[in-house]
Amino acid sequence: MSNSSQKQSWWYNARNRSLFFQVLLVAMLVGFFWFIGSNTLANLEKRGISTGFGFLSLKAGFGILQSLIPFDESNTFGRTFVVGLLNTMLVSALGIFFATIIGFTAGVARLSNNWLISKLAGVYVEMFRNIPLLLQIFFWYFAVLRALPSPRQSWSAGDIAFLNIRGMYLPEPILGPHFNIVGWTFVLAIVATFFIRRWAKKRQDETGQQFNMWATAIGLIIVLPLLVFFALGAPLSWDIPELHGFNFKGGMTIIPELTALLVALSVYTGTFIAEVVRSGILSVNSGQTEAASALGLHRSKVLKLVVIPQAMRVIIPQLTSQYLNLVKNSSLATAIGYPDLVAVFAGTTLNQTGQAIEIIAMTMSVYLFISLSISGLMNWYNKKIMLVER
Amino acid sequence: MRKITWALVATVVTLVISAGFAQASTRDEVQKRGVFQCGVSTGLPGFSIADEKGVWAGIDVDVCKAIAAATLGDATKIKYVPLNAKERFTALQSGEIDALVRGTTWTLTRDSSLGLNFTGVNYYDGQGFMVSKKLGVKSALELDGAAICIQSGTTSEMNLADYFKENNMSYKAVSFDTHDATAAAFDNGRCDVLTSDQSQLYGLRTHLSNPADAIVLPEVISKEPLGPVVRQGDDAWFNIVKWTLNAMIEAEELGVTQANVDEMKANSKNPGVRRLLGLEGIAGKGLGLNDDWAYQIIKQVGNYGEIFKRNVGADSPLKIDRGLNALWSKGGIMYAPPVR
Repeated sequence: MSNSSQKQSWWYNARNRSLFFQVLLVAMLVGFFWFIGSNTLANLEKRGISTGFGFLSLKAGFGILQSLIPFDESNTFGRTFVVGLLNTMLVSALGIFFATIIGFTAGVARLSNNWLISKLAGVYVEMFRNIPLLLQIFFWYFAVLRALPSPRQSWSAGDIAFLNIRGMYLPEPILGPHFNIVGWTFVLAIVATFFIRRWAKKRQDETGQQFNMWATAIGLIIVLPLLVFFALGAPLSWDIPELHGFNFKGGMTIIPELTALLVALSVYTGTFIAEVVRSGILSVNSGQTEAASALGLHRSKVLKLVVIPQAMRVIIPQLTSQYLNLVKNSSLATAIGYPDLVAVFAGTTLNQTGQAIEIIAMTMSVYLFISLSISGLMNWYNKKIMLVER
Repeated sequence: MRKITWALVATVVTLVISAGFAQASTRDEVQKRGVFQCGVSTGLPGFSIADEKGVWAGIDVDVCKAIAAATLGDATKIKYVPLNAKERFTALQSGEIDALVRGTTWTLTRDSSLGLNFTGVNYYDGQGFMVSKKLGVKSALELDGAAICIQSGTTSEMNLADYFKENNMSYKAVSFDTHDATAAAFDNGRCDVLTSDQSQLYGLRTHLSNPADAIVLPEVISKEPLGPVVRQGDDAWFNIVKWTLNAMIEAEELGVTQANVDEMKANSKNPGVRRLLGLEGIAGKGLGLNDDWAYQIIKQVGNYGEIFKRNVGADSPLKIDRGLNALWSKGGIMYAPPVR
């Protein structure tokens, strides 16, 4: 009797049991995915569809409108992946930057005591938040396109920058031989400013003496690199776009597809960020502001030291979601021909090679990776500013 | 975009689920279902386009109808599935459609690595360029530096790259998903040039805001044999689609038309005609169809010459010459193996 109960006890032990079920679950999951994988491969083979990642080293043989790295038709399909990825990251990064600025401005404006400003911000938010993003992208694309002149009637700014239906043509800086010295001076100046600021703050805390940080920063970061630049004999020239045949050659081009997509993404996401910011600021109890004012703090200090740090705790988690949405929404680029990852890689490359499963898997993992990175970064920042509880 | 994603998800799921199941014959499936699912373009005048009432027409659509007439005995029992260039192969691979008749170029890669088979050629085409008259360009060799609108995921993209490289010229490719978007961008002035198969250029030109302003340049830079596509590994169905097209070409050669087919069936002494109409010879047995399969095609849809004339030739706004698409006996290369 006691023997059998001891034998049974291994099985009835809650710890062992839960361990057993977890191992079983993992084994089942692995088995399931292995089954799906091998099945898919077997079926693809049976149907005569090529598999594997060998296609990545084949010659692509098609052109891409915008590329941040050198690319031409003789490069590989693998490189089209990189080109598409960089284009996605470019529009996402710029989009996040502008959406944040628009969002914070509109969010604060909506709380303004000025009737006109708050109503304008309200109209902006309610209008752009409630129209499907795809329509907005089409709107900006066709609005941009229709309004601009043909290349031969370009609008020009002092004959060095041009704007027409094919895009914005800007002079491109050509860096001279020792230009990198100027760059390093600039970086060193920023580092030095950072340390001086720390020292100045510490000194002020200890002795109450103030330090003219602004003048020092401008001197170090702007004036010093300029001096070095001229001392080196101004090693910088400009490649100015010129009209050759039908189109401009030389310089840098900002294609209208990028502009349209960027405007649409920033304006759309900006509305959500505005509401996030508004909710963050409203979440700070008015007693806090009043208490801070009662202590004699200046209005700007009240904002900087009391309101914003507390509002940020509400804002950051929601802001993260909006950033992630923006990155994922950038895949709508394909509708207007902006060459992002989905248009180039999961579109053209997929169609030219026919290897849907590999390409879609790669594309999905890229979005997953970008999203997880952003959310990791934002979570780290969120932890940093969280209320430290003792 | 969303659509293509779903189509891809559908492929994966289908490939996974169908593991271990024997592949049913497409012919039996179509006959059991009573409807033939045909993949066509999202709208290309002359080839496949729906009018305001949703009625599809075009030379590709007529091939769809012919397949339905042969298989089901009724050319109207079709579900048209409009697809853009990127979606088309996935839709066929996943079984969303039974055959793809969408101006698809027959190439080695597509025939050998996508699990698909091309059944023949219903239109011999070649890639060309369309430009605005205002540019004053007379030849494609003057297009250095041009911005070129193009549909993504097509052989045109590759030919374009080859042609410009060969002639040491540069270009900017602006690519879009559908014919409509590509033509709209050209119309707006986003590009100097619109490139595609020449027949498509003529078709798209009719949709420009001012068709008379655009001209098609004389250069033809590639071979584009366009034909119906089916899944690999279903030979019975492959034969049906292949011989549907052959029967239409053979009918033109024998002078059998939609108008005279009944009379021919009753009175013709010509053995070739009698074999085609199923009165003699193997008739429909080899294909597993009714003996009058070819009669149904001609009666309900017409012969190749008729569908050409009606959709892209003299009786259509496109007014394209027969050219390469004339019968082999009349200076073209349209040639069907004998029906016997």
